[in-house]
Amino acid sequence: MNKQVDFQSRDDDLAQALMERVKRLGRQLAEEKGRKLILMEVCGTHTVAYARSGITDLVGEYLELRSGPGCPICVTHQGDLDRVFSLAGLQDTLIVTFGDLLRVPGSFTTLEKEKAKGSRVQICYSPLEAVETAAQNRNTQVIFIAIGFETTAPAIASTILQAAARQLNNFWVYPVLKLVPPAISALLQNGNPTGLDGFLLPGHVSTVLGSNAFSFIAKSGIPAVVAGFESIDLLLGLYALLQLIAEKKVAVGNAYTHVVRKEGNKTARKLIERCFEVEAATLWRGLGLIPESGYTLKPRYAEYDARRQFITDVVTAETDPLCICGEVITGRATPHECPLFSRRCTPTSPVGPCMVSPEGACGAYYHYR
Amino acid sequence: MCLGIPMRLINIENNLMATAETMGVKRTISIQLVPNVKVGDDVLVHAGFAIEKIDPAEAAERITLLKTLLEERFDEQTG
Repeated sequence: MNKQVDFQSRDDDLAQALMERVKRLGRQLAEEKGRKLILMEVCGTHTVAYARSGITDLVGEYLELRSGPGCPICVTHQGDLDRVFSLAGLQDTLIVTFGDLLRVPGSFTTLEKEKAKGSRVQICYSPLEAVETAAQNRNTQVIFIAIGFETTAPAIASTILQAAARQLNNFWVYPVLKLVPPAISALLQNGNPTGLDGFLLPGHVSTVLGSNAFSFIAKSGIPAVVAGFESIDLLLGLYALLQLIAEKKVAVGNAYTHVVRKEGNKTARKLIERCFEVEAATLWRGLGLIPESGYTLKPRYAEYDARRQFITDVVTAETDPLCICGEVITGRATPHECPLFSRRCTPTSPVGPCMVSPEGACGAYYHYR
Repeated sequence: MCLGIPMRLINIENNLMATAETMGVKRTISIQLVPNVKVGDDVLVHAGFAIEKIDPAEAAERITLLKTLLEERFDEQTG
């Protein structure tokens, strides 16, 4: 048999071979347990990647993939969104943000609507672009909205240091930076109420923190595996997790070893420590107040902290009582269980952040399932 | 937004910045978080920052593992 195959089809063959194995093992485990296995994809990028690749549907008969608290915009508290959006109303001010925030609804508005009304809002790929913009427009107040997890925090730290080195007095960062491990601890504080059989851990948060940072999960008796994001990596992560479950082995595996080290990226963590300290407690959507789960700027960088330098005295409305984003991002419900899903809440007219964030579970279900 | 893109370093400008490329797209990125990288290294890029060097030995091992899986499938089909 002529086995000359091009790179793409070789990859497809590999993916298919893996897929078959995932399905076979998934079926076997589901039969043993007499129910579907419930696995949590902690990372929002995973939620979207598994759904978009079709894996979520292909394994759906045996495995239920639930989202976790790993979409940074979805876990941002409504009050934080309202305070951030109120900055758009300031005189001679330019708001710079990653593109995913633009259409996310606060209590009364979105950045996109503020822009349409005349506020200056600019999207960037790297926070360093915001520093450059500030350097070139010294009469404009440039505020960078830094929403993210440990993956993003080092980039923000570097950005602040660069602004300081260039002695910019028209540049601020509004930090809404959270830590993933305390959120997982919060999910597990009352045991395992959602009946999780395993965790798919976030590949890029782990890149910074190291897979060791998640070893505390073992205490809960639930196995976990760090997974990457390409189709093959998604399947490898899932397969490795199913293998742990089959072997009844409670451990933190790593199926993304070409990127994630046990000890993580120390240089990145040192930079975080130089600029940030961990707050006593931070408010999350869906999870409430979690101790030691958010970064704030160290006092020595207070002059770059938009949270300290601008007064944002805003009113936050109650969130729509029918919106279950809080349940969705804690694995307690799937988007299909929401009465608003694809009825009153759609990507063009979202009620909650999970529908409109590019990493939101509701948006992923709407587009891909 | 924890999206990461694997890119190859094609030029190191100084100890902070470099040019990286993937599929014909070139970008100036920060290499502050990955000391000791050199031209030709693959890195994972998030928000304009290389956040880790991709380990070529581990990447190769992953391919070997996958090939073993694929061959097993061939055996099952033909055997």
